[in-house]
Amino acid sequence: MTSALLFISTFLASGVEFVEALTIVLALGITRGWRSPLVGTAAAALTLGVIVAALGPALTLVPIDVLRLVVGALLLAFGLQWLRKAILRSSGYTALHDEEEAFRLETEQARQAGAGRRAGLDWYAFTLAFKGVLLEGLEVAFIVVTFGSSERNIPLAALAGVSALLLVVLAGVALRAPLARVPENTIKFSVGVLLTTFGTFWGAEGTGVSWPGDELALPAIVAFIALSSLALVKLLERRRVRIPAEAHA
Amino acid sequence: MLVARFLRFWWTFIVGDDWRVALGIAVALGLSAVFVKAGVPAWWLVPLGAVLLLADSLRRATRAT
Repeated sequence: MTSALLFISTFLASGVEFVEALTIVLALGITRGWRSPLVGTAAAALTLGVIVAALGPALTLVPIDVLRLVVGALLLAFGLQWLRKAILRSSGYTALHDEEEAFRLETEQARQAGAGRRAGLDWYAFTLAFKGVLLEGLEVAFIVVTFGSSERNIPLAALAGVSALLLVVLAGVALRAPLARVPENTIKFSVGVLLTTFGTFWGAEGTGVSWPGDELALPAIVAFIALSSLALVKLLERRRVRIPAEAHA
Repeated sequence: MLVARFLRFWWTFIVGDDWRVALGIAVALGLSAVFVKAGVPAWWLVPLGAVLLLADSLRRATRAT
């Protein structure tokens, strides 16, 4: 069960990040040609691969309790960040991320940028694709390494990340357009719940806690975090509607 | 300058918009370790702490709007 949850969490988190990276690469490819953004993407993917390959085996040498405490704390920090953003968006306090609007802005900026060349590449397209894919992918690499090392199963976490990458790339090649119909906030909400769940489970284990039912506690934690988060969305929605009404009274 | 940018990147990457949440996580895990050492069941502490930290962070984020 932990393996299935690990795969789903890594797959969904990776997918969301890759959708954002795809928007940047597509905007550059369509406006400035494909060669430089694709070289930038490949260079970033290689860098991420090196990070995973170097950190993954190194982390398996750390004692499991220490590793789970540190990884748990980091995943809790990550998960609560994702949940916070997703709840603020769901309840209408901040605008939903719009992939089409992001694509439009990227395209406009790419058209206006100068055409400097270095090493035979369109430098603007190369560096922007490299930075975009590296920054979006860093979170994926972090999740792959932490999940994989905590469960002593880096290949499964890496497989989930690569599967998400292939799916997003195939969809991007087929559509040649940003994946605007992906329910990004719902996925971010789910990933936030899963990251917070694993962070809670491993972090507490790292402090010496024995969970009732051991791994069977995981679905209960998922339910607790998910229901509490949904209740927070409802509370904020009600508050957002009430405050303007009171202001006009 | 480069070091400051590097540190700022990691701070934003890990801590994010609300440093109090990160501090709260450290406190919750610390308390959990103290409870375990004292022989008190502590499995409930971290999940409850996570939800309370999230609620408090959202309360502060929406209070300004």
